[in-house]
Amino acid sequence: MPQGSADRVRTWITRESLDDFAQFEDIVGEVGSVEDGALLFFQGRVRRTNRGRAVSRLEYEAYGEMAERELSAICHEALEQFDVGSVAAAHRVGDLALGEVSVAIAVTSAHRDDGYRASRWIIETIKVRLPIWKHEHYENGESHWVGAPTPEAGASTGGSRFG
Amino acid sequence: MTDRISVRTLFFGVYGELAARREGSAELAADSTVADLVDSLRGPGGLDWLPESVVVAVNQNYAEAGTTLSDGDEVALIPPVAGG
Repeated sequence: MPQGSADRVRTWITRESLDDFAQFEDIVGEVGSVEDGALLFFQGRVRRTNRGRAVSRLEYEAYGEMAERELSAICHEALEQFDVGSVAAAHRVGDLALGEVSVAIAVTSAHRDDGYRASRWIIETIKVRLPIWKHEHYENGESHWVGAPTPEAGASTGGSRFG
Repeated sequence: MTDRISVRTLFFGVYGELAARREGSAELAADSTVADLVDSLRGPGGLDWLPESVVVAVNQNYAEAGTTLSDGDEVALIPPVAGG
């Protein structure tokens, strides 16, 4: 990987809070350039209502080292595909409360259009490639792994499949 | 006697919950593929809920069903991801 490309990407997976925007401003200061006239910042936050259910908290599980590697790969690919100057992206793992930031992406670019497209591509690619799983806990005490078959679907088999 | 290989298996998310374990190991014939491992995991008395087309990573890289496994490989069973 060319050194120049590596210098312009920062990615990490963390149990620490990502709520503070200042840490991203510092990183943009390090990896960005005065050639970049645009900074686009995206935060994903824990939302109260998902598919009609009242969420009380979230738990993210990651395949640690692979997630680190994939997030870095995704951001380097964004740098190749779009005309952007730098990318910083981070994803939380562990327990998150409502309103906390689960994912944050900062993109700098010479012009805004490239930044918007790159930021959108990064979050959509994270959602299909990053080996991270979301365990939703609901106010009624139930929980569900997002993307997994629903408990209702399992129950419809008549409970005949015990290991 | 045919050579055997041993691989480490990892179960994430709902798979870990359904398998009631986060990791294990599997012994396979040499030159076995990802598909062979999945077949053996889904076999009699095994993880019959595991989709035949389950997404798998070998040594932390996404792998195809036809990928050949080697002794000591780390094989992760990847349920639908839900980052973001």
